Amino acid sequence: MASASGSESAQGLRIVAPPFIYALLMLAVPLLTIVAFSFFKDGYQTIIREFTFENYRAVWADPIFRTLMLRSLLVAGMVTVVTVALAFPVAYFLSFVVRPDHKSLWLFLITIPFWTSYLIRVFLWKVILGHNGVINSGLKSLGLIDQPLTFLLYNTGSIITTLAHAYAPFAILPIYVALEKIDRSLLEAGRDLGESRLMTFWRVTLPLAMPGVLAAVLIVFIPTIGDYVTPTIIGGGKIPMVANLIQAQMLDIDNKPLGSAIAVTAMLIVTVLALVFLFLNRRFLRMR
Amino acid sequence: MTTPMTSYAPARDAEGRPTPIAGRKPMIQCRGVQKYYGDYHALRGIDLTIHEAEFFSLLGPSGCGKTTLLRTIAGFEDISSGVVLIDGKDMAGVPANARPTNMVFQSYAIFPHLTVADNVAFGLRRDPRSRAEKAAAVDEALGMVGLKGYGARAAHALSGGQRQRVALARALILKPKVLLLDEPLSALDRKMREQMQVELIKLQRQVGITFVLVTHDQEEALVMSDRIAVMFEGNIAQLATAEELYTRPASRRVADFIGVMNFMPARILGETATGVTVEAPGFGQVEIPAANVSHADPGDPAPSIGFRPEAVTLLAATAPATDRVTEGIIDEVVYYGDMSYYDVILDSPDTFGGQPHEIRISMRNVFGRELPDLGTRVRVGWSPGSLILFR
Repeated sequence: MASASGSESAQGLRIVAPPFIYALLMLAVPLLTIVAFSFFKDGYQTIIREFTFENYRAVWADPIFRTLMLRSLLVAGMVTVVTVALAFPVAYFLSFVVRPDHKSLWLFLITIPFWTSYLIRVFLWKVILGHNGVINSGLKSLGLIDQPLTFLLYNTGSIITTLAHAYAPFAILPIYVALEKIDRSLLEAGRDLGESRLMTFWRVTLPLAMPGVLAAVLIVFIPTIGDYVTPTIIGGGKIPMVANLIQAQMLDIDNKPLGSAIAVTAMLIVTVLALVFLFLNRRFLRMR
Repeated sequence: MTTPMTSYAPARDAEGRPTPIAGRKPMIQCRGVQKYYGDYHALRGIDLTIHEAEFFSLLGPSGCGKTTLLRTIAGFEDISSGVVLIDGKDMAGVPANARPTNMVFQSYAIFPHLTVADNVAFGLRRDPRSRAEKAAAVDEALGMVGLKGYGARAAHALSGGQRQRVALARALILKPKVLLLDEPLSALDRKMREQMQVELIKLQRQVGITFVLVTHDQEEALVMSDRIAVMFEGNIAQLATAEELYTRPASRRVADFIGVMNFMPARILGETATGVTVEAPGFGQVEIPAANVSHADPGDPAPSIGFRPEAVTLLAATAPATDRVTEGIIDEVVYYGDMSYYDVILDSPDTFGGQPHEIRISMRNVFGRELPDLGTRVRVGWSPGSLILFR
């Protein structure tokens, strides 16, 4: 028996070995390298392998880091609020209004934006919002404006618009799944016990959808903090976020230890926030 | 000042004695209720009156419209035509949350994100009573269903039977005029189900609320109900007390659905004012009393006679042969502890197609008496009064 279960676990190991080795090489090793770099000293165009906390001291003392980190958190927070707030009605419509036999078609339609690369989609927003973009030329041809509107592009609002659009499907799907799991008789019970549709939504549907909402928050918030493409293209370099700072330190300034320290610090901040979210999620999940 | 739930009993007179159900005021009245789902005719003109504090059951096979009817009373379904009155008020356009009804759902629909106490208190949000009074009401309701002290538990930690009790408490705390129960016992195991049947009856007598139960389990309906409406294909086939349904089924289909009924082909020989004379294999010529004449199925209009397993008597082969005794061989014995079923093949000459006819007889077991073996020759005694003619 022991040998049988031993061979079984050996077989299990053989099955997980390729992805495990891949993850080790492609994720853990680079990550550990970055962490190691963050404790090294920077010599010009070289790295002095001496242990130091100096990089972290520099990061926390740097007002630019603080500004950009706060901006990243703020932008990610606003993107999350906008995305989840817009995704909820879509998910609700999908779960409660769309006929069951049409649901897979609707889910398919929601994934259509993924047929184009993220970079192309971000460029398209530039085409839409730009100086001679779709909106400006449209309004001009309608005679509503003489000069192109300049507040459309190169600001925080346009970054939020672009990111919210890019992450919408990631927010819709977990909320949709949470809504699908709600036993419809619970909603009838809410009505039966004297509550209106609106109060039933507030007291039954929304609390039961919270795990999905929190998952959506996590899925949107974490990657948008470190987004690099959108602030670069849509922000036009005028509104850098923390990823732009890391890129500058790593490549332009070539201070890899400091760049690594910024990356690790940003990662730790995200980790703390993610743990808070997970804790909230666990509390909601425990009630099921 | 709130009325304690235990004293709310309109079905009792001043001395606390039960009043006859037939004399009580009507609580639910359905007149010509029809319901279409697209082309599907789910309810085909339902007329019924359910009285105050009555335990009423809607019984039928799945798809007969019983749940649809319950949901139209609750206000979850609009009716296509007809009138539903609750306590004399027309319910047209009245949404579910404004009706004086509460429902115990088949799935119990216990809110998984709330504690037991919060589930029970769900409908009390707009109740003007103080928080402490509401908490006391919740405790009382939980005590009434045997869940005292369970208030702080998480709803997902409850067993099926406990969930059902929470669903009951959650509905009864609102003191509805009508409690609607949608197959509430179907998810429970047999022992639990039988226990809950008794508890539900006691609870209903105690609170004096009209209970309307939907069930496909004829035994459950017989045990629990003051009156039962048997439904087939969106129609009420018979509305009667349990005893009437069992002893005087309105049609062969009702007879077949309620309990066990033996059917034998019959040939009608003549009819008088007192009854109908028929001939049936093994029974010879017999006059069925006029009161025992019922309807055959429209789909199979051939006449037949029917009788319950306990309406005939199993006799020893040595019993005296009379014209009310027929003979056969025991084909199967099914032992139930307190009683047994005996399947007997009648060996009488069959004048209706040549097949030997098998009937099922039930008899109480007597302690210490051996059950007859298979193949034993027996005699079967019967009386014309226990035979029903379907034609």
